[in-house]
Amino acid sequence: MPVIHMRVNGNPVSGEVEARTLLVQFLRDDLRLTGTHVGCDTSQCGACVVHVDGKSVKSCTMLAIMANDCEVMTIEGLANGSELHPMQQAFMDNHGLQCGFCTPGMVMSALDIVERNGNDLDEATIRKELTGNICRCTGYHNIVKAVKAGARAMGD
Amino acid sequence: MYDFSYHNPKNVADAVSAMNEAEDGKFVAGGQTMIPTMKHRLASPSDIIDLRGIAELSGITVDGRGISIGAMTTHAEVAASSDVQAMIPALAALAANIGDPAVRNCGTIGGSVANNDPAADYPAAVIALGATVKTSKREISADDFFTGMFETALEEDELITAISFPKADAAAYMKFENPASRYAIVGVFVAKTGNDVRVGITGATPCAHRGMRLEEVLNSNFSADALESVEIPVAKMNADIHASAEYRAHLVKVMTRRAVAACS
Repeated sequence: MPVIHMRVNGNPVSGEVEARTLLVQFLRDDLRLTGTHVGCDTSQCGACVVHVDGKSVKSCTMLAIMANDCEVMTIEGLANGSELHPMQQAFMDNHGLQCGFCTPGMVMSALDIVERNGNDLDEATIRKELTGNICRCTGYHNIVKAVKAGARAMGD
Repeated sequence: MYDFSYHNPKNVADAVSAMNEAEDGKFVAGGQTMIPTMKHRLASPSDIIDLRGIAELSGITVDGRGISIGAMTTHAEVAASSDVQAMIPALAALAANIGDPAVRNCGTIGGSVANNDPAADYPAAVIALGATVKTSKREISADDFFTGMFETALEEDELITAISFPKADAAAYMKFENPASRYAIVGVFVAKTGNDVRVGITGATPCAHRGMRLEEVLNSNFSADALESVEIPVAKMNADIHASAEYRAHLVKVMTRRAVAACS
């Protein structure tokens, strides 16, 4: 079986995988980083969004072997010990989650939105940019508020 | 998904020879259609030849006539390219509205065009702009490239290297999108160069095609109002849970009107 190497949240990791292993399976089953979720497994819901070489991707729609030699960031890589990342804190402060299942993907997509659109985001931009992330609890209002507040906090 | 042998060639020649040696190989570009298709076991290739390591297939170059986009250039890169935005803004806008941000970071122009999904956006632009599809073997004109549902003129061991788009005087793409998938229920790309108007239609029928009746009218009178008299043949339209054939025929006209209005 192929052996792959990557840096995940700054740490070098490697593993022997079947070619068909999805990136999300490698993260969850092999590395036990279960913060990245699988909601739909059909590229629709965005619960599995992680960053590969700084870009948001759906890790259920990428083979682990395609991320060989890449830099991968997951939700587990954001907090500094017990201190939450400003975007995580904003989701908490704004009640941007109920069951929390979609939240890791929402936060990873939110960071990508800030990266490409800056710290001062309007509601229309946030809603358009979150088209690939589905939440079945909140109705999105508090998620949008959280992304806006988190984006601003990241600029402070 | 069934397992397969994985190949990661660094140049086009190695990719082609890997394909020729494979029993039932498939090229993979961004994987945004191929991986879901394999998960559903609708495809079970013996070998996957991943093109992402081939640097020569990526990038955007401009010359006096237009713009050439490497096959492995992602939708996000096309959307963000200042060259594409300056030269053919309608093409940048089309790329910016495919799927969602994470899909656009992986999905590529070459993958989309080679797959020829009946509801994909890029084929409409390739047709309307009269683009040339450059492959590992030859150059294929847009009019000869798309041959049927998920079918193209590409041979089994032939891969797209770049797509060359001539600049148009005015162009616009309008799509009525499925709100869940953002695929085109109907999408119409209109391009005008001098007095020559070309219309590319996607989503409406099993394969993207030129809107000849629409072009004929627009060539003599380039205005949204001129389209009133055009009959769109309902019998040729797709019909599914998202839209009936009658509704798609109606949408072809509405999207064309909007695209023409956006051109002028």
